[in-house]
Amino acid sequence: MVVQGRRIVRVVLAAVAGVALLAAAACGGAPAPEDRTITLYNAQHEDLGRLWVDEFTRQTGIPVQIRKGGDFELGNQLVAEGAASPADVFITENSPAMSLVSGAGLFAPVDPATRAQVPAQYSSNRGDWVGIAARTTVVVYNPSLVRADQLPASILEFAQPAWQGRIAFPPGGADFQAIVSAVNALNGDAATQQWLAGLKANGRIYQSNTATMQAVNRGEVPAGIIYHYYWYQDRAESGANSANTQLQFYTDGDAGGFLSVSGGGVLASSKRPAEAQQLLAFLAGAAGQQVLARSENLEYTVGAGVPANPALKPFAELRPPPVDLNALNGPKIVQMMQQAGLL
Amino acid sequence: MTVVGRRARVGDPLRVAVASAAALLALLPVGYIAVSAVLLGPRGIVDLVWRPRVGELLVNTTVLLVATATACAVLGTATAWVTERTDLPGAPVWGALFAAPLAVPAFVTSYAWVSVLPGVDGFVGALVVTTMSYFPLVHLPVAAVLRGLDRDQEDVARALGLSAGAAAVRVVLPAMRPAIVGGALLVGLHLLAEYGALALLRYPTVTVAIYDLFESTFAGPGAIVLAGVLVVLCLVLLAVDVALVGRARRARVGSGAARRRARTPLGAARVPALLGVGLLVVAALGVPLASLVRWLLEGRSTTLEAGPLLTATVTSIGLGLLAAAVTTALTFPVAWLAVRRPGRLPRLLERTAYLGNALPGIVVALALIIVAIRLVPGLYQTTPLLITAYAILFMPLALVNLRAALVRLPPELEDVAHGLGSPPAAVLVRVTAPLLARGAGAAAALVFLAVSTELTATLLLAPTGTTTLATAFWGKATALAYGAAAPYAATMVLISVPAAFLLTRHVHAGVRT
Repeated sequence: MVVQGRRIVRVVLAAVAGVALLAAAACGGAPAPEDRTITLYNAQHEDLGRLWVDEFTRQTGIPVQIRKGGDFELGNQLVAEGAASPADVFITENSPAMSLVSGAGLFAPVDPATRAQVPAQYSSNRGDWVGIAARTTVVVYNPSLVRADQLPASILEFAQPAWQGRIAFPPGGADFQAIVSAVNALNGDAATQQWLAGLKANGRIYQSNTATMQAVNRGEVPAGIIYHYYWYQDRAESGANSANTQLQFYTDGDAGGFLSVSGGGVLASSKRPAEAQQLLAFLAGAAGQQVLARSENLEYTVGAGVPANPALKPFAELRPPPVDLNALNGPKIVQMMQQAGLL
Repeated sequence: MTVVGRRARVGDPLRVAVASAAALLALLPVGYIAVSAVLLGPRGIVDLVWRPRVGELLVNTTVLLVATATACAVLGTATAWVTERTDLPGAPVWGALFAAPLAVPAFVTSYAWVSVLPGVDGFVGALVVTTMSYFPLVHLPVAAVLRGLDRDQEDVARALGLSAGAAAVRVVLPAMRPAIVGGALLVGLHLLAEYGALALLRYPTVTVAIYDLFESTFAGPGAIVLAGVLVVLCLVLLAVDVALVGRARRARVGSGAARRRARTPLGAARVPALLGVGLLVVAALGVPLASLVRWLLEGRSTTLEAGPLLTATVTSIGLGLLAAAVTTALTFPVAWLAVRRPGRLPRLLERTAYLGNALPGIVVALALIIVAIRLVPGLYQTTPLLITAYAILFMPLALVNLRAALVRLPPELEDVAHGLGSPPAAVLVRVTAPLLARGAGAAAALVFLAVSTELTATLLLAPTGTTTLATAFWGKATALAYGAAAPYAATMVLISVPAAFLLTRHVHAGVRT
């Protein structure tokens, strides 16, 4: 046993030495001086980010390294990194994480030509980030449990006792907080707090849009509040999580039709600002928007007048409520959700 | 009974230095929490802690922790006893199968259960899934003790007039106690930090809430305060562990091999016992593996790209091996001091090293970002920094195994080697290390398993462009591409099998008591 043990020790020591050497070799490779590689912090879906970057590199020859994470993981990471951040460009799924980084003063102004590509209501009013994609709030429902005409005219009504145990929502993520912010912007503090208290009492809490949709699909709960493209993606995949459901759109100015915008911005600390601005111009411009429209991502296009994927309900029919994206998701919203016991 | 000297020896200062470095690393995230809390001010803290939601989370966390730790202790001890001490047909195979759930990430098990039994959520779902995922943490150390237990001790107890049952309670149970308690402690620490599995099951604990808060733009302070609550919970858990383990000597002095005990015939209980272990294997292994197969077969996105899968596999294995080696080496002096030089400082160092495992990866990662980018910018987003994060998070996994192995290693062997004139380094290499090899192997294997499924710290700290099996699985699963995600989860399970196997070998070699 001792002899065998000693051999194990020797093997382990050799393995440690070998791996350490490998690690040292891997860390030693410094980038060449003429290297134009830029780093993208990608909080958008991985596949979409990859499609965008591949097309950009094909057109410009500029290589892009991708770092993948969630909206607030990467947003908080950028704030923690401060001016020392290795990131050049940051893109998200929802605008509040853009506001977080913008509020910390970490973005550079976006090139005016790029800003001109995107309607003003889908970009920062400080001119430091622009919209690159959008998703609309919808109610997903199970027709075997509730008819379309039984659904309320406003998502505010889901807080009423009639919906006790019958409405599902995912309060934990960035997605739902953007919706709460919209409710707050459109209906004021008192109504929002009341709505949140009602949802806490009535609602069934799920961890994500997908989990909410699955629960409705399985018939656990008749209706849920999610974003549209999770449903369209699942329908395109296999329908396993959505076959028994339908979508209800709110097109009359109700918060239930809130349009959340994915943003992109260039970091002020970027060491290759020209290339970084070029990437952002690509994302918001015709080329990048066409990549989005052709992809299986199924979010809406917002820039350069490129129409969305034809599988979707036409963008012009959405008629979302007017909400100032820059005013979304302040500390107040988190406080209200904490007060309601949702966070 | 405690025969441990307090003589300081050559070589101790080095061990103290390394152990202190390890403890300081573990304190780093705690320091980050403390500084953030100070910046927040007492008023801010009270506002964030003193609200009904925090009470709700504390109750959820405590109830689940006690229930799961108890369930794992009972189940793990039962499976260990039935596979090591009875004539259950195919006992070695069952023993290996009971280690195998460690190779399946808890969030995969969780997802599988949710898709099989949609109603499984809340407390009952969380209890079932976490128990199925974590009971091997008790089964393995207890099986190791049972296998190595010297029959003479029981025989002496019988000869002195105790019945078989009383001998088991007075001799076998105390021998198993450190293993049961150590395993249950790991279960508790895992639970404190578990996110993915519980989030899916709609059971909010303190850690689930911390992730939710980090998902909110301006909620940093709230998340930090909750992390502080988690540190307190961890300290309570460690205090309970100290109270339960006891300090009696467990090493055997004597020559020759320990006599193994004959297996107890199950008799009429054989069929129910087989049914029970079969059911457990179906629940803990069958359900998640069947789900993986179903994802692979369903779903349009099932197009296997061999290149990326291979890269992710190699990265996961490389990071896992490196982290396992570094963490085990870093932890050894901590465990050695705690066992061989019991005193205030070693105990403090050892307890400190446990803290990291109870903290969510995101807190550890953010603390490292803030420190590294200012103090050692050259290391930021490099492999060494990522390995450091893994070491902070997973030191306790190595510590528990090394401690258990060291406790059962008679200090006299080292003393004799010293007495015969071997320098301390030679004693370490020629006596301690070979005798500890299997314990260290188990320690490294557990760290490897944890690293191969780690997500958040990897996402935040890995060199840009790094893809591991866990991050690839997560990226695809959040995009709803379960078909595309399944090969990554399946490979995660495959690369974990050798580590799980190594853990059972540790058991079968037997550590003599």
